[in-house]
Amino acid sequence: MIKQKVSGTVYGVVLNDHASVRKIGADALAAAPYKGAPKAPAMYIKPANTRVACGAAVNLPKGAKTVEVGATIGLVMGRAAARLTRANALDAVAGIVLAGDLSLPHDSYYRPAIREKCFDGSLPIGSVKPLVDLSSLVITTKIDGNVVEQRSLADLVRDPAQLLVDVSEFMTLSQGDVLLVGVSYMAPQAGAGSQVKISAEGVGSLQFSIAGVQA
Amino acid sequence: MKRGRIAFQGAIHEVTQAADGRVQLADGRLLNEADVSWLPPVVPGAVFALGLNYADHAKELAFKAPEVPLAFLKGPNTIIGHRAKTRRPADATYMHYECELAVVIGKTGYQVSKAEAMEMVAGYTVANDYAIRDYLENYYRPNLRVKNRDGCTPLGPWLVDAADVPNPMALKLTTRVNGKTTQQGTTSDMIFDIATLIEYLTSFMTLNPGDIILTGTPEGLADVKAGDVIETEVEGVCCLINTIDDDQTYFATV
Repeated sequence: MIKQKVSGTVYGVVLNDHASVRKIGADALAAAPYKGAPKAPAMYIKPANTRVACGAAVNLPKGAKTVEVGATIGLVMGRAAARLTRANALDAVAGIVLAGDLSLPHDSYYRPAIREKCFDGSLPIGSVKPLVDLSSLVITTKIDGNVVEQRSLADLVRDPAQLLVDVSEFMTLSQGDVLLVGVSYMAPQAGAGSQVKISAEGVGSLQFSIAGVQA
Repeated sequence: MKRGRIAFQGAIHEVTQAADGRVQLADGRLLNEADVSWLPPVVPGAVFALGLNYADHAKELAFKAPEVPLAFLKGPNTIIGHRAKTRRPADATYMHYECELAVVIGKTGYQVSKAEAMEMVAGYTVANDYAIRDYLENYYRPNLRVKNRDGCTPLGPWLVDAADVPNPMALKLTTRVNGKTTQQGTTSDMIFDIATLIEYLTSFMTLNPGDIILTGTPEGLADVKAGDVIETEVEGVCCLINTIDDDQTYFATV
């Protein structure tokens, strides 16, 4: 039983797995508008309005028809943490959560994607579970009962400890904040009426549905 | 009414500005504004910032003005109060201030029309949205390493009631570095005005009391160095003071 709740800010990162880096492609990363592969973690923020619990029915914003389901794991901070080292980084983590980081499809990471990533309900998130060995954890996403993605955290560019080191170098993470370890580039899409289930062995599962599309 | 938050004598106080400009506690005690520890005037909820929201600034940065608001988010780690210190990392070669009118939301709203948007506003304060351009990368630009560093967004000192700012779209913005004016502009030059920004954000997300929108900055950016005192002022709102520290001073242990 983990007492720590998700109470703060949720931070996420893209292009943190080799499969996504290959999918977007070295040529694209070298060309405009990126002009080079990312050096620091390529981050975004999911504010409080995005968080919903397991079982939620998520409405998509006006004009949106489908949503990318970015299945990931969040590191829940157990204390304020800044300037962490690889040796002590995971000591600051109270537990982990499964998260469905929903994004309206966007194939360019050039500009901040507020509408795409911060609409109400765009972060279904599970209850906090004990930290397990994440080095080869497999996260499975099912949409309407069909497996649409299986990804292993063994493929991460920055593992959880390194991600904490590189993020906390310039910003303090507070108790209750969450750092998502990365989502797939152009993740599988769900539409209105879809039932989504995200699971990982030893971490349980997270379920939600896409309720509909606003006229 | 101008409201602020300070730490004084071991407690956090909600204060107001007395007629003589001093800081007034609820029990009537009066303090000089330079003698108290200022906190941000509101506990920040979601903090939005606007890129390229002044035509002259977009031009200065060699960008076309955006067609939809270029909004990005900030975490609470970056917000600090009046008269605090902001760190300039040793490897930075270009760190600049950005004087901005900050809009504080006072109501919960979703899908708010432009006509009703200003009713969402509790009041206004001033932000200095520092950027360290050395860390700029083209991923969700401006990226967090540029714009969400600890203590890089001073806010305050006062939250001025919306009723006391009858025309927020015609306020002069001024930045002074060590007393010399380096940036001047007016909120009338915003590309997306406050009502449009509120309509845009609430078209897909709920805004709540305590959420803050930093509305962008006009042209006139300049590099700041350790020891520089930066005053960012918005006419009729307040003047926010911040001092730059180098790594050695910032991380010095007593």
